[in-house]
Amino acid sequence: MTAAWLITACANADPNRAGAPRAAAGPFRPAPQDPASEITVWVDATRTAAVDAYRKAHPGVKIKAVTYSGGANGSTELRTKVELFDRTGEGWPDVVWPNVQDLAWATTGATPFAAPLDTLVDRSVLDGYVKGALDQCTVGGKVYCLRNDLAQNVLWYNKKLMDQFGYQVPTTWEQWQQLGLRVAKEHPGYLVGEVGSPTSPHVYFWGSQCPVSLLTGDKTVTVDLQDPKCTRMARLLDPLLSAGALGTRNKWDTGFIKEQAAKILMMPGPAWYGQALFNAGYHTPRGEIAAAAPLKFAADTETWTGAVGGGMWFISSHSRNLKAAVDFATWVTTDPGYTAAAATYPAYGPAATGWLAAQQASGYYANDIGPVLQQAAPRIWTKWAVSTLYSQEAIYAATMVPALSSGKSVSSQMDVWQQAIVNKATALGYKVN
Amino acid sequence: MVATGTPQARAAAPGRRRVRSGRVGYLFVAGYTILLLLFGVVPVAYALWLSVTNSSGQLVGLGNFTRVFADYRFGSAFAHIGLYLTLWLISLMVLVVTLALMLHGRLKRTSAAVRFICYLPGAFAGASSVLIWLILLDPVASPVGPVLRAVGWHSAAQVVAPENLPVIFTIIAFWTGAGSWIVIMYGALNGIPDEVIEAARIDGAGALQIALRIQVPMLRKWIAYMLILAFAGGAQLFVEPQLVGTASFGQVPDDWSPNQLSYQYAFVAADFNGAAAIAVVLLVLSLGCAAVAVFKAGLFERGHS
Repeated sequence: MTAAWLITACANADPNRAGAPRAAAGPFRPAPQDPASEITVWVDATRTAAVDAYRKAHPGVKIKAVTYSGGANGSTELRTKVELFDRTGEGWPDVVWPNVQDLAWATTGATPFAAPLDTLVDRSVLDGYVKGALDQCTVGGKVYCLRNDLAQNVLWYNKKLMDQFGYQVPTTWEQWQQLGLRVAKEHPGYLVGEVGSPTSPHVYFWGSQCPVSLLTGDKTVTVDLQDPKCTRMARLLDPLLSAGALGTRNKWDTGFIKEQAAKILMMPGPAWYGQALFNAGYHTPRGEIAAAAPLKFAADTETWTGAVGGGMWFISSHSRNLKAAVDFATWVTTDPGYTAAAATYPAYGPAATGWLAAQQASGYYANDIGPVLQQAAPRIWTKWAVSTLYSQEAIYAATMVPALSSGKSVSSQMDVWQQAIVNKATALGYKVN
Repeated sequence: MVATGTPQARAAAPGRRRVRSGRVGYLFVAGYTILLLLFGVVPVAYALWLSVTNSSGQLVGLGNFTRVFADYRFGSAFAHIGLYLTLWLISLMVLVVTLALMLHGRLKRTSAAVRFICYLPGAFAGASSVLIWLILLDPVASPVGPVLRAVGWHSAAQVVAPENLPVIFTIIAFWTGAGSWIVIMYGALNGIPDEVIEAARIDGAGALQIALRIQVPMLRKWIAYMLILAFAGGAQLFVEPQLVGTASFGQVPDDWSPNQLSYQYAFVAADFNGAAAIAVVLLVLSLGCAAVAVFKAGLFERGHS
């Protein structure tokens, strides 16, 4: 009797019953404004440079930078702190460099933490972003963030090696597979990609338009790894895996860098691989690395590609100086001088030209990467939901990477992977269908 | 410090105790009691309250518990920690006692130096000692790389494969934690009166018999004390899986141990009530095991140790 009462007592214990949508965002009511007040910007260590550059260009503006764990994968610091500030009613930063999981909570609810920017930022500026770039910022028709950069995937390859081996650069996934199998026979040890990184699904399965997680509502997702668009990629990868043409170690692993980095013939991956991975990480000599258009499936009429990263800025709906906050976020994402020197491909269309010119001027690449990257930028398949509370990267790393490195095939693990995503999503209150 | 609570000290105490009895004693105890209340009892009470309420502060009975029990991660997290605790407590008990006995007996001449060496790894702060292990476990960067490769591990990913984790965490925990226990056990062995050992020797007992029949039984309370603390600490395993997970680019699931799962509840799902329920489960388990150890070893009995 008592036990039964204890279990069923009074109120519901479940804070997020599966699929229950949060209240739709009401009209945005800004806090009382004080145009002279100082703005606080929360950034990760890398982005402190943005605040410094802004301060230099605008000596009169009062701006304070606070470094926090920021975009670090899986960091929940912003959410935790904002929940705390919501309780105390003060302390919110004005501008934030969030991680992509933060989109899931900061853009939903009756009063989202992120301010809707449609009326705060000039339409002409919003229209200047690369097609699709603001899609992940857009919830219920309102834009909640400004994209900082894009990480569209292309096919990176070592031109020197390709020429030396006498290979043609593939344009379809099928050709890439065939070439990979040839490489395994003719030049064993050389790699045409790697599947051992948390971000590997963003390259292969996103590029294949596989419904690993598609948001169909605030708290409803579709997860279907038996979809033909998923199995086609698994079947493509498996022969390459067993032939040894795909790496199963993480591409940043010390062992990989030491033993395999110099043997990369091709590597599908994001725009930032050129400088950050090949140049800074692997020290591949200049004049060897080139970029080709993202691979497509022969049966597809259009090319779609994935992305590995790409940051954004939130402006707090609690900001007391929205004008200064908006000016900062707009400047760091659109200013031609600043964005040209940035580390990653600017999401703001007009800024990309200057960035690519600077990249090319570095003299690092073996071909002109400009047209390839520009062509790929609007081809990121926007249905892939990165903005879920759970991170695809964490799930892939914990379930698929150990299995693949122990010699199992991708196809044999698709069900395990599916279950892991469904479990994680359900545990965080998503309804999976 | 703990090792000084030996019979000699106790024998000398009564005389002094009479002089300083009364208020000074309360003063010393008060410092501890206040801290215990603030950072021990109050948080536990708060966790208990959170575990039976929901986010709106309504009473939900055992709702949070049934919810976390049904969580698909709950069973695996406790299975992981159960296996780890078994390995860790057995190795701690057997190896620490053996090493302390050896240091106390055969290796007496070099014992001070060896004790210091044993203790040394424990002097690293928890997280930094795990960082050292991250390097040691990578066959490419590790000074013991050839050994790892001989076992058939060629990459860090293979070393931290799921089935190896309990053993790896045991080794890390032993390396960081066992040294100080060896020192404590050594001190406790010093507390065993020489006459007892002498008498046993005259009766014809060898080193092994002295160890098994005299020393280990007389260390019983110390071993129980070690097990209680090691169990409580081990059940709360967090830093090791979290750091190894980060360093292996996420290969260790972020809900490997119950404490990590609790963290996931609190800071990823923003569900403090569920997190509190897991914390209460850990508390009950630790208290239960501590109670068994206390009564089995007679830890609170007065009289001879």
